[in-house]
Amino acid sequence: MFKTFPKGGIHPPENKLTAEKPIVVLPLPPQVTVPVSQHIGAPATPTVEKGAAVKAGQVIAQAKGFVSANIHSPVSGKVSKIDTLVDTTGYKQTAVVIDVEGDEWVETINRSEVLVKEITMTREQIIERCKQSGLVGLGGATFPTHIKMTVPAGKKCDMVIINGVECEPYLTSDHRLMLEKGAEVLTGAAIIMKALGVEKVVVGIEANKPDAISHLTELAKDFKGITIQPLKVKYPQGGEKQLIKACTGREVPSGGLPVDVGVVVQNVGTAFAVYEAVQKNKPLIERIVTVTGKDVKNPGNFRVRIGTPVTALIEAAGGMPEDTGKVVNGGPMMGKALAMTEVPVTKGTSGILLFPAAVSRRAEVLPCIRCGKCTSACAMGLEPWLISVLSEKSMWENAEKEKITDCMECGACAYTCPSKRPLLDYIRLGKSTVIRMARERITK
Amino acid sequence: MNNILNVSPSPHQQSPETTRKLMYGVVIALFPALASSIWFFGIGAIIVTLTSVLSCVAVEYIIQKYILKIKPSVNDGSAVVTGILLAFNVPSNLPVQIIIIGAIVSIGIGKMTFGGLGSNPFNPALVGRVFLLISFPVQMTSWPVPSGFQTGYFDAVTGATPLGIMGEGIKNGETVAALMEKVPTHMQLFYGYMGGSMGEIAAAALIIGGIYMIWRKIITWHIPVSILVTVALFTGILWLADPTKHADPGFHLLTGGLMLGAIYMATDYVSSPMTHKGMIIYGIGIGVITVLIRTWGAYPEGVAFSILIMNAFVPLLNMYFKPNRFGKEVKNG
Repeated sequence: MFKTFPKGGIHPPENKLTAEKPIVVLPLPPQVTVPVSQHIGAPATPTVEKGAAVKAGQVIAQAKGFVSANIHSPVSGKVSKIDTLVDTTGYKQTAVVIDVEGDEWVETINRSEVLVKEITMTREQIIERCKQSGLVGLGGATFPTHIKMTVPAGKKCDMVIINGVECEPYLTSDHRLMLEKGAEVLTGAAIIMKALGVEKVVVGIEANKPDAISHLTELAKDFKGITIQPLKVKYPQGGEKQLIKACTGREVPSGGLPVDVGVVVQNVGTAFAVYEAVQKNKPLIERIVTVTGKDVKNPGNFRVRIGTPVTALIEAAGGMPEDTGKVVNGGPMMGKALAMTEVPVTKGTSGILLFPAAVSRRAEVLPCIRCGKCTSACAMGLEPWLISVLSEKSMWENAEKEKITDCMECGACAYTCPSKRPLLDYIRLGKSTVIRMARERITK
Repeated sequence: MNNILNVSPSPHQQSPETTRKLMYGVVIALFPALASSIWFFGIGAIIVTLTSVLSCVAVEYIIQKYILKIKPSVNDGSAVVTGILLAFNVPSNLPVQIIIIGAIVSIGIGKMTFGGLGSNPFNPALVGRVFLLISFPVQMTSWPVPSGFQTGYFDAVTGATPLGIMGEGIKNGETVAALMEKVPTHMQLFYGYMGGSMGEIAAAALIIGGIYMIWRKIITWHIPVSILVTVALFTGILWLADPTKHADPGFHLLTGGLMLGAIYMATDYVSSPMTHKGMIIYGIGIGVITVLIRTWGAYPEGVAFSILIMNAFVPLLNMYFKPNRFGKEVKNG
């Protein structure tokens, strides 16, 4: 009954320190910084001026182009400046800085916590609402949700998978959301199902969250077409292709998308955001963030407005421990290390992870002993030792032949390497070079 | 809040497994076999092992420090493993100077000339062993007969190995049934009561170490199992075809260097294939060549040669036996 994907995978220590910590609403900070690019695709264009008064939920930057998303003011107050500031990626980009005054919301937003289960909107209305609300995938990839809800011409979708795997160690925001807002998440799943015109939803949850599995299984009895699929614990099961394989046995072709096998995958956080947007008319202006680490005093799960400084989150968790050497935005396997904590929470921030200095540096690199552990760990059936050497030696054509572009950068190879070789660093370099070369071939 | 933060690409955590731990895991796995060697051959086993390990480590250190002028990496444990395996592959009364020559060839020619750890195409210990076998054929084939713990080194009673007795006898036209009377019983072979190289005799102890290595995830089952199954099947067919000329599969599995080779030598990371499919083909190749040499070759034993021959095929195996790529075929199940 517990399923999983067959190829590769690893079992890093789970360290879910905050699994028992209920979601706490973080108080409003005095000032928020809202970058206009918090999604994959073109940055949004600011629509407010310096000095403008804004309400929470009001559009402050308009989506530009097909793949893009609206940005809303997460707070009420006055725009103090529009400037280029460093965000979580470490790069500078345009951001709207707002001084918080009170907490006034746009009137059309329904702020009650009462569950609204009945879906009255049509398909088109749902997709339009998701687009207006600036919804993006909250699992980390931040791909605009309304595009995923539109099946490309010629393709057919017959089921939706809701990703409740949360296979990254430490992170628990999706877990807590399923426990505390289970009915809302399932209603969101039903809305996505309606938008795509399918009859079937599978919610994939790993066995290390038995409470979430039993809770949602109980709730799912009141929903037509929704089943809960318990999964064996194995990283990277949260990867779309692995999750689809585990839940359905279907294999997304190399270079293809989930919809090529008739599936659309959405994260539980996204399902909840879809519920709030469609049923409550609430745009995406807050999210759940896990703040954790072994030395953190009060690790926890926080409901926080977008644009809140990461420093405020760390303060809420008891402050930064004395010997912190690394702060990661996201999980330990795929998250990005922050160069500074004075950056804002964005739509893609699923966790803030603090590592002590002792474990924040990589171990000494030894020669490859050709043990093959990376090959056994690769969930995509690649040979990480080979494609990393090919990248190291700039043999791009060979790397392309060895399917380097199939790599999803889950980090299982670099995790498992006994010689601590920087396999994924080289593979990333090779992958981006090969993708660039392939693009150039097309344009020539 | 003035911490200076480290920034590096993901992943931000690494498995506690290290190359050093893997190497010392192999050393631990070799202890039961070492203990039975000491039990059967006495002080000779200790002298051979210590000489071999110390000279392998010393040769690597000297080459790295004084010839290559790089930071010596002897603490990675790989020279220790090579040292123990070389010791296991020679008789327990081998003169010390010959062991040192073996260590120089193993580490110097078998490993360091190719670039050290991770770069050698052939198993270093086997390179040393085969060099010694060809250069010192008398000393390398005067096997002490196990006779309980002995304190003498050169005065050990020597005799032929069971495989030697069997091979010689069949050539002279004796029947297998008659020859079986001259060799230890299968049970004795299993515990290690036979003549042979120092560490190859005790099948039981070698298997215990092998199970430990599989449990510790140092090796996978693919190579040892495919070698042993191939040898069992091949010799089984020969035995069924003519039981007067061929020994039974149990005899073949328990004698000579097969257990040591299948579990510890063929599984050497550096000189074995990287994918499970490649490992199985490699194991089948070793099994087939071993039986061919044992049955029709000039030497009574062929495990060392067959592993070295298959080592040479590893780059080809790595090229042709790729893992199944995810999403290679479009499936709509």
